[in-house]
Amino acid sequence: MKREEERYGYALITPSMIVVFGIIIIPIITTLVYSFVNIDPLSSHNGEFAGLGFYQKALTSSAFWEDLGRTLYFTVASTAIETAFGLMIALLLNEEFPGVRFLRSIVIIPWAIPTVVNGSLWKLMLNGEYGVINAILMRLHLIDAYQSWLGNPSTAMLCIIVADAWKMTPLAVIFFLAALQGIDQTRYEAARVDGAGAFRSFFAITLPAIKPTIMVIIVMRTVEKFKAFDIFYLMTRGGPANSTKTLMYDTYLQAFTNLNYSEAATLAYLIVLVVVLMTIIYIRMMKRGDER
Amino acid sequence: MKQRGRRWDFSPGKRGRTILYMSLGLLLALVVLGPVVWMFMTSIMRAVDLTAKPLKLIPETVTFERFRQVFLSDNGSDPAYVFRIALINSFIIAAAVTLLSLIVGSLGAYSFAHVRFRGKNGLMLTILFTYMLPPAALIIPLYRIYNRFGWLDKRGPLIILYLSFIVPFIIWVMQDFFGSISKSFEEAAQVDGATRLQTLFYIFMPIARPGAIATGILAFLMSWDEFFYSLIFTSSLSAKTMPVAIAEFNGKFTIDYGMISVAGILGSLIPVSITVIFQKYIVMGMTAGGVKE
Repeated sequence: MKREEERYGYALITPSMIVVFGIIIIPIITTLVYSFVNIDPLSSHNGEFAGLGFYQKALTSSAFWEDLGRTLYFTVASTAIETAFGLMIALLLNEEFPGVRFLRSIVIIPWAIPTVVNGSLWKLMLNGEYGVINAILMRLHLIDAYQSWLGNPSTAMLCIIVADAWKMTPLAVIFFLAALQGIDQTRYEAARVDGAGAFRSFFAITLPAIKPTIMVIIVMRTVEKFKAFDIFYLMTRGGPANSTKTLMYDTYLQAFTNLNYSEAATLAYLIVLVVVLMTIIYIRMMKRGDER
Repeated sequence: MKQRGRRWDFSPGKRGRTILYMSLGLLLALVVLGPVVWMFMTSIMRAVDLTAKPLKLIPETVTFERFRQVFLSDNGSDPAYVFRIALINSFIIAAAVTLLSLIVGSLGAYSFAHVRFRGKNGLMLTILFTYMLPPAALIIPLYRIYNRFGWLDKRGPLIILYLSFIVPFIIWVMQDFFGSISKSFEEAAQVDGATRLQTLFYIFMPIARPGAIATGILAFLMSWDEFFYSLIFTSSLSAKTMPVAIAEFNGKFTIDYGMISVAGILGSLIPVSITVIFQKYIVMGMTAGGVKE
């Protein structure tokens, strides 16, 4: 009986395993090999075993640490913005006031817009010569002259963070709304009877109740941000003056522009390392959530 | 949830708060809808108005010519024509991926949720890991393999590639839905003499249908949105997808924002309509995959 149960289980997962591992297993191992053996078509050391040479080269180059710094800046800033605004918007939409049902149904729209469309939409609005954002800021007298927001190394990354936050904050809103609606309303009434104000009930009831959701959003979004590529490709392609070149974008450049396959493979594995760490944290948190 | 027709509380004590909420709500609506409305405006503004300084927010004349071109142009080098073909490619690929991944993934998800077998936890972790894996860790060897087999720039091999990260997603979310269905259904059906496969198809699948719809919608959206693989693996009209076509419009020296906006509107039409119409399902699917509470 037990053997039969096992066979049934394996039979049902077999199609998935073929589809997933059939595609993944060879490339993921080969990439690892590439990071140890020089396969760069333009290198004079082509075919030589490099040991940890590529890792050493990456970790001691200033370009890597600059990439990492920009990646962390983007990751931390946009995750923080999405979580904070997501929570505030969810708190607003959890109240009852005229128009709230309309707002609840439209707030998800930016999330549904494809990433590439989002990138070109913001690029169009931020255009330095005839962008609508320049036109509006001029009319409000917030700027004296049209600015090339994406052409300026000190504002380009900020623009990408804003564009990304516009699309992805709704995801946080949806998660937080679901969590807020799961809170027992009688607890708020009890708190009110005890004389607690809005702030007291927020910190005593709301925040502890949605803390697991906050943690899940932060970890989930951090992993996604760390791997972000599409919006960078669309809006700045790593420029101007490398100001938006992240680890992921550099990996792409090394692989498909500079044809440094081994260096790209090494960077890719360093990204994998971070993703694995984040995944472990994520799973730990989910497990703890289940035990409660 | 509040009842229909309820009157709003404008009593002196609550009036200030209601007005504050409404103003914040208005601001939110502006931020959410503003860019979308602007994309639509750009798509119907004439080229002269788009480059006018100062920019008129409300144009005097509008044109739907660009939309007409996308639907009717048959000139192979016309961006409008290219975009139409890319949209069709995207649709075929997303539809195929959704269907195939739901069939394959829900069998796997059921197994993970209700069948006992050795190595289950380890496999589940591996599945979750592959879902989170950055495509950059696979792309170079994948490209070489695809190149050797002549699979570049073809829809079929691209569909298979998408399955490799969408099936793990389906398993991850669906095993949660299956897990919430009581095992007693299965036991009852077996007492009545049903085989295990019969219970799976006639009992579990129908109960899990809302979950399957939710997951299927998300799978469709993921495939519709996918850019990285498509950028690397497609080059011509035979497989190029909508996001790649839009990226190309942005990369050209003379950037036609009117055409880019038309492409943006048409590329967003399907995902935005699906999301607004099936919002309940989507929220259910997203929260099942992310928060296990």
